[in-house]
This record gives sequence, C-alpha cells and structure tokens, in this order.
Amino acid sequence: MTVLDVANLTKIYGDACGECVDNTGPSVGDNQCPVCGSVVACADVDFQLHDGEVLGIVGESGSGKSSLAEMLALDLDATAGDARYHAYDGNMLSADYQARHELQNQHVGMVHQHVQDGLELSFSGGGNVAEKLLAAGWRHYGDIRDRVESLFRETEVPVSRMDDATETYSGGMQRRIQIAKAIANDPGLVVLDEPTTGLDVSVQARVLDMFRGLQREQDVATIVVSHDLDVIRLLADRTLVMRHGRVIETGLTDRIMEDPHHEYTQTLINSVI
Amino acid sequence: MTDGRSVVPDAESVDDLLDGVADDGLAGYNYAYLDEHTKREVRRATLKAIALPGHQVPFASREMPLARGWGTGGIQTSLSLLGPEDAFKVIDQGSDESVNAANIRRLASRTADVETTTDATDASVIQTRHRIPEEVLDDDQILVLQVPITDPLRRVDGSDDANRRRHAHKNYSKMWVALYENVVEYGEIKLSSRYPVLVDDRYLMDPSPIPRWDVPKLDDADNLCLFAAGREARIYAVPPHTEVEPLAFKDRQFQVERFPDQACANCGSEDTFLTEVETDDGDRRYACNDTSFCEKRRANPDLSKAHHRDGNDHAWGPATDPSVPDGPTENSEGGERE
Ligand SMILES: Nc1ncnc2c1ncn2[C@@H]1O[C@H](COP(=O)(O)OP(=O)(O)O)[C@@H](O)[C@H]1O
Ligand SMILES: [Mg+2]
Ligand SMILES: [Zn+2]
Repeated sequence: MTVLDVANLTKIYGDACGECVDNTGPSVGDNQCPVCGSVVACADVDFQLHDGEVLGIVGESGSGKSSLAEMLALDLDATAGDARYHAYDGNMLSADYQARHELQNQHVGMVHQHVQDGLELSFSGGGNVAEKLLAAGWRHYGDIRDRVESLFRETEVPVSRMDDATETYSGGMQRRIQIAKAIANDPGLVVLDEPTTGLDVSVQARVLDMFRGLQREQDVATIVVSHDLDVIRLLADRTLVMRHGRVIETGLTDRIMEDPHHEYTQTLINSVI
Repeated sequence: MTDGRSVVPDAESVDDLLDGVADDGLAGYNYAYLDEHTKREVRRATLKAIALPGHQVPFASREMPLARGWGTGGIQTSLSLLGPEDAFKVIDQGSDESVNAANIRRLASRTADVETTTDATDASVIQTRHRIPEEVLDDDQILVLQVPITDPLRRVDGSDDANRRRHAHKNYSKMWVALYENVVEYGEIKLSSRYPVLVDDRYLMDPSPIPRWDVPKLDDADNLCLFAAGREARIYAVPPHTEVEPLAFKDRQFQVERFPDQACANCGSEDTFLTEVETDDGDRRYACNDTSFCEKRRANPDLSKAHHRDGNDHAWGPATDPSVPDGPTENSEGGERE
C-alpha cells in the first residue's frame, strides 16, 4: 500500500518572481534566485512511500532536507505541491488548521532537528509525551500514565525520570522523548529530521538501534532526513539524494551506496569512506 | 469621542469624586458617571460576550478614578447596566464592608441614583471580587465579577497571540498537560483558584479568582454572569443555563474545598465557604466568608440557601448539589500516586 504520494513539492522562501525554479538548482549551482533573491529550498520533489518503508533523504547542509521534512509533517506551509496521505481525503498540504492538527495528533509524528521545536523543555518528559495523548482526547489519568510509561520503556528512557523537567535530560534522552512523542498515537507516518545530530557517537548508535527496532516492530512508514550517510545506510530502504533544493538521484539505499550514478553522489560517498 | 474623565476633571480618586458629588448630587455629572458613548460601547461588548459564552471580547476600557486592577472593568460594566430602579450590591471577597466595596457602592448610589443593599436576594446587580454569594441567584439578577487575568491559557503560555489561536481552534492540550503535571506533583488537581472551566463545550474560561467552592455555581445557573477586566479591557460572559465544566480527568475529579469538622464560629454553618480568621487573643477560628449570609444564619440557623426561591432544591454548588464531589481537606496531600 502507498502511505504517502508526493508530487511537485516546492518551498520558496521570499517573494518568488516566477522564474525562481528555472533560475536555481544543481545545473546553476545555487538555490537562490539571481533575479529576486528568493531561496528555493526545494522544488519539484516527487516520491512515494510504502507501508513499513523507511525513506532516507540525504544531502549537504542547506540542500533543503529540513524544509521538505517540515512540510511533510505539516509544520511548514508548502509553496506548491501535492501530498496524498492514505487516511486523508485530498491534498494534506492544504488541510485547514483543524484538519492539520488532527493529522499531526493522530497520523504524522515528527522528530525535530532542534529539540526546542519538538519539546516544551519546562514540562516533564512524561508531560511532553502525555501532551500528544491529551491532544488526541485521552482523559483518564491512569491510562495516560500507563501509556507514557510503556512509551518510555519502548524508547529506552528510564521510567524513573518520567516526572523530571525535560531540560534536565541529556541530549540523547531528549531525542528519545521526541521519538516517544512522535509514536505515541500510533501514527501512520514518522518524520525524523537529523535524529542523531549533536549526540555523542556512542549515543548516536544506541538511538538509531532503538529506533530501528521500534520501526521494524511497528512497521511504521518513516522518512529519515540526515546529512550523515551512516544514518541513512543504517535505517533507509530507499534514498533520495538532494542538492541545491532538487532530488538528483533516487534508488535503493544499497545500490546508491555501492553504485552511485550521479557525479555528486559519488563525491558524497567517496568523501565519507 | 468624549473622554470618560471629562465630566469630573479634578477627580483623582473615588474619594475626590465623592467629595465633588456630595453636595450637588448628580449635577454636573453624566448619569452613572460614564458618558453615554462609553456605556453603549460596554453594552455592545457585553451583548457580544453573551452571544459567545466564555469568549473574551475586547472593549475600550476607560480611565476610572481608581487604579486599574481595582475593579475598573467591573465598575464600568455595572455602571453601564444600572438604572434608577436597580438595587446594587458590592462585595469584596465575600464582604460588603471593605473600603473598596463601600467606595464602589457609594459611587453608584450617588451618580446612578440606585438603591444599595447588602442582601444578595434583594440586589438586581451584584458586583463581586473573588466570590459568588452563598444564596442562590435568580434569573432577574446579574452577577458582575471582577477579573484580574482574563486568559486561562496564560498559565501555560505567555503569548496572547498563540493563545488566541488556541481558543479559535479549541486547542487546549497545553492546559491539559498543566493539569497532568499538577496531578503528577500532588496526586490530585490542586489549583486553589482561577480553576479553568470549559464553557458550553467550546471556550476555555478563567472564572476569576473565586474559590473552587464557587465554580459549580456557574454551571446551569439561572442568573447571568459577566466577567470584566479593566486593565486587560476584556469582557466575557456565562449566560443563564449554560454548561460550565471544570477541566478534570475521569479518575481525578474536580473537587471543592472541604472544611472537615469545622463550622462557622459566628453562625454555626457547616455548608458555607469558610475562611480562617485570627481572633484578638491569637486563636484561629473558621467563619463564613459571605458575611451578609452569615448574619442571616445567625438570626435563623436553618435558613436554606434557596430560602427566597420556590422549592429548596436548587443546585448551587457544594452542599446543594449532589454532583459536586467533596474534596480532601485543604492541607492533606490527598489522592494516591499511580
Ligand atoms: N525560514 C527561512 N527563511 C529563509 N531561508 C530559509 C529558511 N529556512 C531555510 N532557509 C534556506 O533554505 C535552504 C534550505 O534549508 P533547509 O531546508 O534547512 O536545508 P537542510 O535541512 O538541508 O540544511 C537553505 O539555503 C536555507 O538557508
Ligand atoms: Mg536541516
Ligand atoms: Zn457564618
């Protein structure tokens, strides 16, 4: 089953002149329109995401990954494009506030690159996760506690820390709390933006292992965005390579890693090895 | 547009103003102190507030001869409602006798020519700070509550812009998290006042700093309740027979204050909101907070809170309404942790 079908997804920051997309991209070597100065964060992105699949989006900093992720998590307005989500009737990018909140609460979980975009640091860790349940209408305190506790176990955060303020958590724990929050209502789609950036290498590996286990167990369709090829290699079944706001190569992750077609992808992979 | 102050250019306080009117009564002042334009503006906001129960409606709050935050919103609302036929009662935390209550009452009596009363059953308009009377209000009475902080969401987010968006979309999950954290900390919901309520299943509302004891009285009341904030220039309303539901969990219910084994030291009542008072010899005793009802109970200990109404079974908060759950005592931790 196709969980998500995205066509022509575009984000332009600034007052677009109409020529922005033609004036930017890999062929030009820039994402800023020379005529009007607008930034084409991403343009004409097409892909499909299937049941249980993990799609990786890789590219250097500024290539448009976060803009893409935030539009799909309905946190950022798209300039143009169409995104069909299996449980929503119509283009979810043009959902009104009410429908958007419903989608975010029940269907699309997001793990933000910057923790303050994803968590209320003054709330307890448990409170942050509980918010998702409360937003979805949970009104039984005991049930909420039980659910939060089991989400803490699933994401391997010590249950003893559940009632401590989130700002006292380590970076790794905060990332796990975001994941717990993202999956709290059994969403059909999870979007992870740079899930390991800013974490110690040893912590990175454990967060990724935890998420991989969780993802396989729950079979949830996932989009993982990273500038780190190792993260993509570990998690993604299929990968999009982005540069200057465009997808320049698409394929199975193994194929892309072993036999990159695009010259840029080759440099990207060679520079890591 | 007429400035509200222009009618009494020299008045800097209620006392000044009252000195000015002491001799010549209404001469030189507009009826009910405010100019007609201001009164119309307040009435318009009031009508809009009644049409959208629990929704905060902005109004052009005027300078009044007392500092904002001292009931200026309530005064403007009362003065725009009062006519010469009205009987006006003013209470400050249950007492008719506070300086502020007495000043507001005198201002209304001298500029609007209204009767004043301390009897809640006689008043057609009751202005109050932080209490709802113990006696059941009727459908021909209006309660005007003074409000310091209008938005219940300010507890969880200081941004009024973000909060307005939340109200527009009935997005109250942040408030629910605050209640969740409250239960985590205390085992029960422990908010002493300004208890958040959902009005007509639509708008989250701050009922003003009334005790929890008074919150159930707002639900399906016969009378109109108006809430007015001068400093924040907002009016909101709970029209008669509107559903008002305190936020709570299914397994952590809203509870009112309890005073186990305590009775009013003055009248012996056990079904009223009591406050602790210290006597001259340092003893601590409980006494009715609603002083005018306490006086009636002293004369008649069996007087029902609905004595003036047909039938005695009016639901009016604790001890009159079986659906209002008793809370644990004020100083106990109560409830058990999960
Ligand atoms: N709010 C914004 N306003 C203007 N430009 C932005 C904004 N956010 C991102 N950009 C620009 O859009 C481009 C893509 O950014 P982003 O989506 O964050 O890429 P990535 O996540 O791959 O680093 C960059 O050139 C960035 O500077
Ligand atoms: Mg990014
Ligand atoms: Zn008494």
